[in-house]
Amino acid sequence: MKKKATFNYSRYGYYFVAPFIIIFVIFQLYPIVYTLNLSITDLTGWATEYKYVGLQNFIRLFQSKLFIQSLKNTVIIWGVNFIPQLGIALLLAAWFTDIRMKVKGQGIFKVLFYLPGIITAASIAVLFSSLFRFPDGVINNILVSAGILETPFEFFRSKTATRLLVSFIQFWMFYGSTMIMLIAAILGINPALYEAAMIDGASNKKIFFSITLPLIKPIMLYILVTSLIGGMQMFDIPFLITNRSGSGSPDNAITTVAIFIYNQAFTGGRNFNIASAASVILLGIIIIGSRILFRIFKEE
Amino acid sequence: MNDTDKKIFLNIKKIIVYVVSISLSILSILPFWIMLMNATRSTTAIQQSISLLPSTFLRSNWEALTGKGFNAIRGFMNSSIIAFGATFLSIYFSTLTAYGLTTYEFKGKKIIFGFIIGIIMIPTQLNLIGFYQFMLKLGLTNSYIPLIIPAIASPSTVFFMRQYLVANMPFEIIESGRIDGAGEFRIFNTMTLPIMKPAIATMSIFSIVGSWNNFLTPLTLLTNEKKYTLPLMIQMLKGDIYKTEYGGIYLGISLTILPLLLIYFSLSKYIIRGVAMGGVKG
Repeated sequence: MKKKATFNYSRYGYYFVAPFIIIFVIFQLYPIVYTLNLSITDLTGWATEYKYVGLQNFIRLFQSKLFIQSLKNTVIIWGVNFIPQLGIALLLAAWFTDIRMKVKGQGIFKVLFYLPGIITAASIAVLFSSLFRFPDGVINNILVSAGILETPFEFFRSKTATRLLVSFIQFWMFYGSTMIMLIAAILGINPALYEAAMIDGASNKKIFFSITLPLIKPIMLYILVTSLIGGMQMFDIPFLITNRSGSGSPDNAITTVAIFIYNQAFTGGRNFNIASAASVILLGIIIIGSRILFRIFKEE
Repeated sequence: MNDTDKKIFLNIKKIIVYVVSISLSILSILPFWIMLMNATRSTTAIQQSISLLPSTFLRSNWEALTGKGFNAIRGFMNSSIIAFGATFLSIYFSTLTAYGLTTYEFKGKKIIFGFIIGIIMIPTQLNLIGFYQFMLKLGLTNSYIPLIIPAIASPSTVFFMRQYLVANMPFEIIESGRIDGAGEFRIFNTMTLPIMKPAIATMSIFSIVGSWNNFLTPLTLLTNEKKYTLPLMIQMLKGDIYKTEYGGIYLGISLTILPLLLIYFSLSKYIIRGVAMGGVKG
């Protein structure tokens, strides 16, 4: 006992955490600070020297039509994917946890619904780009031979069709994981609450809206925030789905903020200053968006 | 509503549920099925109609694909080196960090943990430009170091491991290990790691898949085609050289997806359980 009292283990805490901290500082913290720093400089091209220009890059960004367009695109594509995603996931979760219905084969359904979410997004983008190809892609073949279309449709020439397709793919990849998390949350609710409600003769609808929904709010907030963070960074699918990679064609309809940042930094004149400033704005949007979500969920 | 009405209503609802669920299941599989079938069909057949059955052109598609520079085996090896390297480091050091944070009392422990949670919110883009410039200065573009070593600091894995440790670690055994004279690192390697096996298995799968699917970071760092990972190679399939090789393109996409399909269908039980535990999202 005496030995234990004199032996101080706390230093091991530092030893065990040290590798994480060291690597984090070198490979994440330093680059983040570096990006913040570059956002107020004039660094472009292959130059290594730069000077500070204040908020000039931010002013240029807010005057840039393409940047504003990319912000709008990102929000639209995310919103059009997320609202139905949460809706369908909630509906499926409600069905699958319904005690009276006892849906069979849930294990298989979960596995299949989640499947697209685990596949490389880059591969999925190129796969859909081939399926929706004009004029002889699989989808056009089906639509024309079924008589739905008279002539093949050039999906990637239409702004609406291209945006909808990107939103659909995002929906298709992620509703499975949203549903699985919601089911886990619903199953975690105390069964006594449901039993009491059923004895009182409450309808399924009433039970869902007055017991289930309020109790899964924390996990819904979590899903919303993570989806917002992921959605604002959307890159792989819109970058690869049209014929010219990264162009955000047609007409910049699917140029997301992440694509804008990539194009600024890694193509043409390599405007690292502008790209860094845009990254800072992206962080700002994520922070503000998350705070709004937190507030909405707290007030209700 | 009387009882028979209720029963009919419930049955109708059940039919709707199954129809929707089966339709969504088909929607999940069909694109991949068509892809795999087209990988075995000739370009002319693909252009003319769809088929849900395989054909006999796998070999000629393979020749068309690899003949124009798509080196699937090299891409597979490159992706594997990065994914397994990053996963090993991420799992070992995340467990180590989580263990340090739960077992010992030390100053600044709470701040460090709060910090780790905070990092999860930061978008990759914020790190991207600074990271690239830093690696450029160190001459590490076209090296796998920047794609593997940073995995040592994986905040979401630390978070998951900590939750698991708090719930499942019998801390008395540490004490008994100490009485037997084992050092702290030995206790971690021989006693803690085996207890963590289920959590390690789950997080390994997510880490491998996450690293395997990573597109943006290697896209900015790797310019040498010999170093390309599979997701980067997939870009080649959109180039002009493959324009008329539909069969070859579908085969190429299939090759990048097949390893994941195999992993998924053999480990789906653990993956679904991991997703249900939350904190993990594609």
